[in-house]
This record gives sequence, C-alpha cells and structure tokens, in this order.
Amino acid sequence: MRLQSLLKPGGLLQPGPLPPASQSRRRDTLLTIGACLFAALGLWLLENHASGYVVHLSCVGAIFATLAVSYNLINGVTGQFSLEPNAFVACGAYVTALLTLSPAEKEASFILEPLIWPLSAFSIPLLPALVIAGLLTAFMAFLMGFPVFRVRGDYLAIVTLGFGEVIRVVANNAQSVTNGPLGLKGIPHLTNLWWSWGLLAVCLFFIVRLVHSSYGRALMAIREDETAAEAMGINAFWHKMLAFTLSAFFEGVAGGLLAHLITTISPTLFTFFLTFNLLIIIVVGGLGSTTGAVLAAFLFTYGGEWLRVMEEPMRILGWDIPGIPGMRMVMFSLILVVMMIFMRRGLLGSHDFSWRWLAALLGRRARP
Amino acid sequence: MDAAQLTQQMINGLTLGSLYALIAIGYTMVYGILRLINFAHGDVLMVGCYFAWFGAVQFGMPWYVALMGAMVLTAALGVLIDQGAYRPLRHAPRISALITAIGVSFFLENLGLVVFGGRPKAFARPEMFNHIYQWGEVRVLSLSIWVPILTAIILAGLILFIRRTRVGMAMRALSRDLVTVQLMGIDTNRVVAATFALGSALAAAGGVFWAMKYPQINPLMGVLPGLKAFVAAVLGGIGNVTGAMLGGLLLGMAEIMLVALLPELAGYRDALAFVLLIGILIFRPTGIMGEELPE
Repeated sequence: MRLQSLLKPGGLLQPGPLPPASQSRRRDTLLTIGACLFAALGLWLLENHASGYVVHLSCVGAIFATLAVSYNLINGVTGQFSLEPNAFVACGAYVTALLTLSPAEKEASFILEPLIWPLSAFSIPLLPALVIAGLLTAFMAFLMGFPVFRVRGDYLAIVTLGFGEVIRVVANNAQSVTNGPLGLKGIPHLTNLWWSWGLLAVCLFFIVRLVHSSYGRALMAIREDETAAEAMGINAFWHKMLAFTLSAFFEGVAGGLLAHLITTISPTLFTFFLTFNLLIIIVVGGLGSTTGAVLAAFLFTYGGEWLRVMEEPMRILGWDIPGIPGMRMVMFSLILVVMMIFMRRGLLGSHDFSWRWLAALLGRRARP
Repeated sequence: MDAAQLTQQMINGLTLGSLYALIAIGYTMVYGILRLINFAHGDVLMVGCYFAWFGAVQFGMPWYVALMGAMVLTAALGVLIDQGAYRPLRHAPRISALITAIGVSFFLENLGLVVFGGRPKAFARPEMFNHIYQWGEVRVLSLSIWVPILTAIILAGLILFIRRTRVGMAMRALSRDLVTVQLMGIDTNRVVAATFALGSALAAAGGVFWAMKYPQINPLMGVLPGLKAFVAAVLGGIGNVTGAMLGGLLLGMAEIMLVALLPELAGYRDALAFVLLIGILIFRPTGIMGEELPE
C-alpha cells in the first residue's frame, strides 16, 4: 500500500485545509505531553515485562531513529546530499567511550601503545560525557562545513564520503587515542530504554521545532532552489552550517549511546556501511519527512530481524532451501534500488505528522 | 633514500597510477555524459576480476584469454546495470540516480559475498609477470613493467576509438549537450550503453592487473580502488579522458611517494586521496584539464 496516494488531495488520509496553527497551540502542547507520558508508560511496561532481546532491539531502534531524524535534517530537509554520518557517529562513540571508561580498564585494553595522558587518568559519568561528545562532534562538523559547503550536488556527496573514510583511517592509525584496529572494549553497558528513547524525544523536540520555525522554512527553500533562496536574502551557507552542526550534535550523542549499548567499538563498525543503512532508512521514509525517518528506522530495525528468516534454511512447497547467509543485505540493497526507480518519494514523501492534521482528519470523519 | 630505491618506487608509482587511470576512465566517461557518479564502478571491477578468476583458475584458460573474456562479460554487466537501474531514472533528479548507484554498488558487493563467499581467493600471477628484473641495485617485478606498457596500449586504443569512430564522436557530442544530440537523430541510449560497456571493460582490465599485483581477490576489493580512481578522475578534471589518465598517474605516484618518503605516515595512505580531493575541490574545482565548472 502506498501511503503517499492516501495523502494526496481527496485521499483517505487527506483532511482538507488545516486550521491555522495559532488556534490549536495549547491543545497540541497538551496532546504532545500526553503522548510522551503514554510512551513512558509503554517503555516502563517494556522494561519490566519484555525479554532482553526486545529491549535491546527497542534501544537500537530508538538510536537509529535519532540518527535518521538528524541525518534527514541535512539530507532531506536542507537537501544537501551528504554521506558522512559514520564519521560523526564514530566521533561521538569514541569520545564518550574514552570519557566513561575507568582508568584501570583503559590501561588494560591499550596494549600496543598507552593512552595519552589526560584521558588515561580520569573517567566521568555518562551524561556529561555525552554532552561533551555531542559538542565535539558538532565542532568537527563546523570545521568540516567550511570546505564541504563550497561544493554542491554529487561533489558534496563524494567529499563528505571522503571525510567519513578519513575518520576511519584516523581511528585505525591514531593508536595512542583510539587503540587502533583493536578498538575499545569493556565499555560499561549504561544505555537503557530511558536513555535511548529520551534522546530520541529530545532530538525530535529540537528538530521538529527547528523545521517549523523560520529557519526551517529557509532550509526548505535552500533545498528547493538555492539560488532563489539566496536572492530572497537567505544566507545559504550559514543555514546549511546550522543544519549540519545540529545534525552532527545528535549523531554524536547517538553514537555515544550506541557505544554504551554494544560495549565494544572498533573502526570496522563505522564504515560507509553505517551511512548506507541510514540512507536506506531516510529514503524509505521519504526524504524530508521526520515522521517517515522515525517510522522507517523502526521498520528497518525490526524488519532487519524478520529478514533473518531468509538466511535460515526453509521449506517452501516441498522444496528445501538452504540458508544463505548474507541474503539480508542483498535484499536491503535491492529494496533501495527498487524504491528509487518505482517510488522515489518513499513512504511518506515529505509529509509530516501533526496534531492539527490528525484533528482535522478526525473532524472530517465525524462530519461526513 | 638512494637513487636505486627511488627508481624502484617511481616504477611502483607508475604501475599503481596506470591502474588508477584505467579505472578512472570509466568514471569520467559516464560522468561526462550522464553527470552521474557511478558508485558501482568499483564493484563492476570486482565482478570482472571474478570472471577472470573463473576463466583462469576454473577453466584453465591462458591469462590473456581470461582477461579478454572478463572484459567482454564485464562490459555486458555494465550495460545491464545501465539499462536496468540507471535508464529508468534518466529524467529523475540527479540525486535519485546517485542513490541508485550506491544501491547497485551495495547490491553487487553483497551478492558477491553470497555467491563467491567472503574468503579471499588467490589470483595466480602468470609466468610472464612473475619474475624479477634486476639492473644493478634496482629490482622490479616484471608485472610492474608490463602494466604501464599494456595500459598505454589500451589507452592509446581508447583515444583512437573516441577520436576516430562514429560512436566515439557521438560520445564526445553527448558530453557537450545531451538534448541537442538527441534532436540530431542519435540514439542516445545506445551511445550511453556503449559508454558503460567501454568503461566497464577498462575497469575489468584494471581490476585483473590489480588482482595480479596483490595476488588475491575478494568481494569488497573494488571499493577502495573505485573511490580512489574517482578522486583521480576529479583530479584530472572530470569528464576529460586525458585528464583521468593524468590524474590516475599523479595519484598513484603521490601515494607511493608518501609511503616511500614518510614511512611513518604509511597508515594514512588511504586518506591521502580524499585529502587531495578536498584540496582540489577548494582550489581548482575543475581539476587539471577540466574546462567548465561542475554544477
């Protein structure tokens, strides 16, 4: 089913013209708070009654949703096709892990070359570590932005891809900081449902607010036509920079949480493969749709688990099909190509969920 | 470093540069016509190597037959990818085609992992390429001499093809102005297909030499040569065939010289290409031979 067609004028999900936002702001805030409380109840139930596997998956899903939403801010909303989130996730993950690991643990894992001095002597709790990691990643993005945003289009893609690759090479070689190819082990397992979903909520709050502000409209104007936007007095460079650093901040923090979820990180984790997964997520969700990014991230996390069936032996109509490891990724790449050819706008296009839309839709249902 | 070592490293640089040049041509020709970065190019190269491996090892063909066979089959694969994945998107926004190219690249890599397995396969060097020439202090593997020679022959043939044949002329015209050329009654789809065939065949040749140089192949071997060859193409001025050759040689030389002169930075060798790329795009976005601005 194509959600897209339902959202077209006259479609099942198309409520007609929406009332102005100013009329319903108080109600919307209350509804959002209500939804958050409801979600918190759901998380509490999940934490106490679901298996460890489901809890882990939900954490991964929330982290990927955070990554997708922030990646979508620069790729979908601002329309600057870049391929560097693996660099930002790696930066966040390494910084947070280095800050929270205990000195004894660090001494034990840095076998080949000892960790440089100030980092080797202390450790701090998760929250300040995450904030520092996010700020450092954002600062890295800020510095990157100067050369990167001098080019546009597919050159932007390849330069950012290059940055991602450089970060990986640095992580492999700067042994006295990153422990080289061995990576960091024994990172405390601190990420739980509250951390990951909390980050998703914070990220959604900031990014949705940004997208709906005048800055957000400027970002979309840059996406549609950069020259025209500049002619209207929008400084394209600084707006791109804003989107880029904000998305880097959240990608860095999410990377930190990811490190404390899987407890071992090494440079092989942050290859272009990670970026590729995020790219599938935002393309499937619909480039530019925050709702789509969240939906697709969870679809990807849980769907990826379902697709594991394909790698197990099965019996179809009396035929024995042996399990083929690796088929999952073949499917993912096929999905991406087929999506691009047949439904380029993804599940939701650039539509987004809002309470106004829901209320107007319910109103239309009630008064046929 | 003494003169002998320097000569040796220069020859190594020339060899690596020839390989980059062979691969870069495919990027630059496709980009020149379609304005598409064909991300899958490196993986097409990988498949080409496997074709050659099957020919040489499974069927015991002599290396030049295996190479020719691989080039033909890879050319067919290139055309198939173009017709299946890129042609439906000819009139779509360029970013869609780029995303598709990334998808095709991952598809080939993962299909390669499934079909050929992840374990690297040994790619035996033919006798002719496997002995060592020695002049005084300089010791060079014969492959390192032959690769630049063979590359030069192939590239000379390519330039003749582009300059002297009707298809070559159509390609040059297409890279100038796609729409007008269509109005002149030229079947652009066939010319684009020919471009993909040519680029993929050259990639297969580059890949087979690459596989002989580091005598093994694996399904992910195409990624790094592919990316670096793209950088070489940009370095030379993307869309320009001679530029791609120059860019390839320069990049190969630069990489080998970095390792030779500053051995403590050897680990950062793979980052050099991208640092160079960023530098070029900032200071001379058109590359060495390029004329018009990208975008």
